[in-house]
Order: sequence, then structure tokens, then C-alpha cells
Amino acid sequence: MKIVVCVKHVPDATAKRSFDAADHTVDRAGVDGLLSELDEYAVEEALTIAAAGDGDGEVVVLTVGPEQALDAARKSLQMGAHAAVHVVDDAVHGSDAFGTSLVLAKAVEKIGSDTPVDIVLCGMASTDGAMGVVPAMLAERLGLPQVTFAAEVTIDGTKVTARRDGDVATETVEATMPLVLSVTDQINEPRYPSFKGIMAAKKKTVETWSLADLGVDPSEVGLAAAWTSVQEVAARPPRSHGEVVTDDGDGGRQLVEYLAGQKLI
Amino acid sequence: MSEILVLVDHVDGAVRKTTTELLTIARRLGEPSAVFVGAGIDSARETLAAYGADKIYILDSDELTDYLVVPQAEALAQLMASASPAAVLVPSTPEAREVAARLAVKTESGLITDAVDVQPGPDGSPLTTQSVFAGGFTVQASVTRGTPIVIVKPNSATPEQTAGAAVEETVDVVVSEGAKTAQVVKREPRTKSGRPELTEAAIVVSGGRGTGGDFSDVEALADALGAAVGASRAAVDSGWYPHSYQVGQTGKTVSPQLYVANGISGAIQHRAGMQTAKTIVAVNKDAEAPIFELVDFGVVGDLKQVLPQATEEITRRKD
Ligand SMILES: Cc1cc2nc3c(=O)[nH]c(=O)nc-3n(C[C@H](O)[C@H](O)[C@H](O)COP(=O)(O)OP(=O)(O)OC[C@H]3O[C@@H](n4cnc5c(N)ncnc54)[C@H](O)[C@@H]3O)c2cc1C
Ligand SMILES: Nc1ncnc2c1ncn2[C@@H]1O[C@H](COP(=O)(O)O)[C@@H](O)[C@H]1O
Repeated sequence: MKIVVCVKHVPDATAKRSFDAADHTVDRAGVDGLLSELDEYAVEEALTIAAAGDGDGEVVVLTVGPEQALDAARKSLQMGAHAAVHVVDDAVHGSDAFGTSLVLAKAVEKIGSDTPVDIVLCGMASTDGAMGVVPAMLAERLGLPQVTFAAEVTIDGTKVTARRDGDVATETVEATMPLVLSVTDQINEPRYPSFKGIMAAKKKTVETWSLADLGVDPSEVGLAAAWTSVQEVAARPPRSHGEVVTDDGDGGRQLVEYLAGQKLI
Repeated sequence: MSEILVLVDHVDGAVRKTTTELLTIARRLGEPSAVFVGAGIDSARETLAAYGADKIYILDSDELTDYLVVPQAEALAQLMASASPAAVLVPSTPEAREVAARLAVKTESGLITDAVDVQPGPDGSPLTTQSVFAGGFTVQASVTRGTPIVIVKPNSATPEQTAGAAVEETVDVVVSEGAKTAQVVKREPRTKSGRPELTEAAIVVSGGRGTGGDFSDVEALADALGAAVGASRAAVDSGWYPHSYQVGQTGKTVSPQLYVANGISGAIQHRAGMQTAKTIVAVNKDAEAPIFELVDFGVVGDLKQVLPQATEEITRRKD
């Protein structure tokens, strides 16, 4: 079994995130980045699936992003992935989901050119863009079935069964490999890299590919090729600090008094 | 004026409030055409007409709902080819989000996700507002290629009634075999709480780790206020409340008139789901909890004392 996990390097949500003033893209250089926490669930699930059965599954992590995005791939290798592919090219800067999914699709095809890929695993959404659309676009581009937002996955031969916790119903979905699978943060508890894992990761192969290696024309990706355009970015004015009282036996009544004053009750 | 397609969000024909919001937004941009996928049009017709649908396209085929996402994307691509709409508005549910994603690739159209406001831009095409980085930034964007496809968040407009002609047209869809690859073999409807729906509610009262696992005080206050109940991920992960009630980055985004956070510290991922509430109130026994940075009114105290007293006071005032 061969599994490709798509992982994204994102600005740390607890740091001060911002945008590039000139081109409105997410500032990825001026802030600490990390492996998108939601992609850790995808890595964990890939490792679990690969270890099941004969235990001879192969997990390749794939990341598209600038130099520092390699850190996301490296952390995945430390968790136990076997090999990594890093697509880095200046022309990718500013890509939207269309550009990103195109590059990912071409890279998945190249990874599968020797032995075919059975599962392409993704997180439910990136923690910066939070679009949650790349897995569906990737499936569309690869012409593969998609089983997305899975909160539980069972594998039986080439059959994949997943539980999706929808808004109004819980669904059970079935599909056959090869497919694109995305998983939610309900699915598992991602492991921490062990000391052994960290040491072992140093010896694992990391391939670095450019757009030329993938046969992608630079004009198809990047900011200029994006199908949407950002007109304006503004920091939200901080919420004005309201009144905070300390309860000394009357806190509940004070709360209601406030709500009544605001005509909320 | 040109057509604006609105993908209807419904449960067996019961139209969800977000659809009335989308129809209201569509009227700013052109003539709204509701796209109704699945069975139950008889229950939906009246609402769609009341909120201004000029047309209703009916796509009723089991193939569209028995398989995940792909058949619907195909069907909508066919409809877009014949109707040539000026824009497509889609609700922000996991399934519709992905239908929109595939539709965008198929029709080479720009996609905007999670708009919190949509207005006509200088050229009449949608100018969207998004709230990003946990509500820390506001972004205005537009689509530069193809037919704008916009995924719209709940509570992005106040639904306004106006009679629409609601001319019905049954659309025959052709679903390819290749689209029928991920089959929905079972659907178990959620049990209803009897309270307002989380994303639609005007008031949300939520509880976190500070409840210690007992949500009864939170629920009692919610009921006194006619509110929906929400939960933090810590409360959900502990198994105290179902995941479908989680507010935040990986749960629901709520944008109510009033949000009352109880025993919730206010982590960035929780804020991502509630920061756009009009009024925020919090009860937390730690005066240093980050949630107090956001509040319009806060009580430093034990929720086990504060909430029952508040509930009692609301009930007293009602009598
Ligand atoms: C990728 C990712 C996605 C996430 N998505 C979400 C999400 O969607 N939603 C979400 O909520 N979180 C999310 N989180 C988790 C988030 O980071 C926090 O861990 C979580 O919100 C904490 O929940 P809490 O505030 O209930 O618990 P805590 O942070 O433990 O806070 C509990 C609070 O209760 C107070 N308290 C304790 N006892 C009492 C009492 N008796 N009376 C009053 N106050 C009391 C304490 O002072 C404390 O402030 C996500 C995290 C990651 C990494
Ligand atoms: N630049 C990227 N490199 C690798 N994987 C990505 C990238 N962007 C998105 N993904 C994958 O697509 C998922 C959803 O991303 P998004 O649609 O941007 O929210 C992520 O969880 C990743 O698995």
C-alpha cells in the first residue's frame, strides 16, 4: 500500500499572523511556522493504515511551499513517514486553491509513476487559509473518488468505509481505492515524534522538485494566475474592553442587569 | 438582470434559514434562482417563493444524494452551462463546500469561501467580505475568472421577504458512472435537542472545561434565554457534549447577537468560531483568562454560583 499525505506548513496561529502589505498574501516569512495541526491527524491516520495488514505500507509526505515548508515534511518524517517530497518554486508564491491543487495533483502523479498511489490523505482544512477545498479539488483533478471529512475510517482490502459527522446526519460512506481521503480532528490522537523517530528522520530521503520537474507551466500558478483577487485587507479593530465585575454573591444578577440594559432580554 | 443561482440547503424539504439569507443576498446581485436538489420540493416551495426566488430548478434524482459530492457538482455544472448565471451562491456546509470546489474546477471559475458579506462590486459582480485568522482580519475579494462561486456563512444577511415568481423547472440531470464512486450507504439523522439550531440562533450559551462535565447550569441558562447550547473542544473531547455542538475552528462558526461563554478560557481556535458575535459575555473564575479580552461584560466567578442566579433572575423578570 502506498499512501501520499499532503501536509501544509502554516504560520503559527498563536503568533502574530499578518499579510504582506504589497500583494496581500499571507506573510509566511515574518512569523514562526509549523506543520498545520490539522494535517497531523492525516499523518497519524496514514501511519496507522500503513502499519495495519502486512505492515509494509509506505507513507510519502508531500508539501508545497517555500523553503521553510520543509519543516512540515520533516516533522512528518519524525512521526514516522518514510519519505518526503517538497515542491518549492518561486512561481508558486501567491497560489490559490486552484494553483495549489494543480501542483499537488501533478506531484501525486509523479510520486505514483513507479508504484501507483492507493490513498492520497489530506487534513480537513489548513489552519491558515481554512478553505477546506483542496482535497475535493485534488480529487477532481486526479479523477479519483473522494471520501472527505472522515471522522472514522475502516479499511478492508481496497474498500474504504468512513463516518462523516454532518450538520444534520451522520453518514456512512463507502468507496474503493485509489481515492482521496480527508480526515477531521476527531479521527485519532496524533503521536509525538519519539527520540528514535527524530534520529531516524535524519536519514530519510527528501526529494525537492520544481515546477519544471512536474511539467507545470509557471503561468498556471502563483498570484497572477489566481482566479480570485484580494482588494483589501484590514486588521479588525480590537473589541473594546467591556466591564468585568467580580462575583461577590451578586454576579448572576449583575449579568442579567447588563443584558436587560442592552435590551438582550 | 441576470440569474443568480442559490443552492438550497434543506432537510427533506424543510428549508434552512441560511437559504433565506442567500436568497436575500442574491437579490442584491440579480434575479435569484433557487436550485433544489433532492426530494421534498412540496415542503420548500412556499419559503423559496416568499424570499424572492424567481425560478426554482428542481433536480430530484436519487443519484444526486446517494453518492457524495461529485454527482451534484456534475449536475450544477450542467445547469451553469444552460442557465449562464452571473454568480452562484452556496451555503457553508461541508458537502456544499466541496460541491462548490469541484464545480469551480470544472467550470474554471473563481471560488470564494466563507464570505460573511456579499455586495455588488463596481461592475455588479460580487464583492465579498471574509473574516480570516480567527476573525483578526477582514478581507475584501472578488472573482477574476469564470462565474463567481461564493460560499456564504450563516448569518451573513438578515432575511427579507419579498414575493418571487418561483417558476418551476425540472432539470434532467445526467450523472456519469465515474461520479458514482463514493456511496452514502447509511444516513442517521441527528437527534434534535429542541433548542434553536446553533448556527442560526440569536443567542448562544456555551460551556467549556470549567463546567467540570456538568452542563445542566449552561442548559438551564440557555433555556431561560431561548438560546442554543455550544461547547468548547475541551468539553467535547472529554465526552461531555456532542461534537456537533462544538464552536470554533474545527466546529461551528456562530455569529449571534449574544454569546455567553462559561468556563471557557478563550483559546484562539475557540475565538475563531465566535469572535464575530455582536455582544460577548463571559463567566470565568480566572480573572486572567484571555476570554475577558473580548468581552462586553464579564463576571469573574464560579459558574456554578453565577449561572443559576442569572437563570433565576431572568425567570423572575419574565413573570
Ligand atoms: C487545530 C486545532 C483546532 C481546534 N479547534 C477548536 C475548536 O473548534 N473549538 C474550541 O473550542 N477549541 C479548539 N481547539 C482547542 C483550543 O486550543 C483549546 O484547547 C480549547 O478551546 C480549550 O477549551 P476550554 O476553554 O473549555 O478549556 P480550558 O482552556 O481548560 O479553559 C477552561 C476555563 O474554565 C475556567 N473555569 C474552571 N472552573 C470554572 C468554574 N467553576 N467556573 C468558571 N470558570 C471556570 C478556567 O479558569 C479556564 O479559563 C483547537 C485546537 C487546535 C490545535
Ligand atoms: N501547500 C500545500 N501543500 C500540501 N498540502 C496542502 C497544501 N495546501 C493544502 N494542502 C492539503 O489540503 C488540505 C486542505 O487545505 P485547504 O483547502 O487549504 O484548507 C490540507 O489539510 C492539506 O492536507
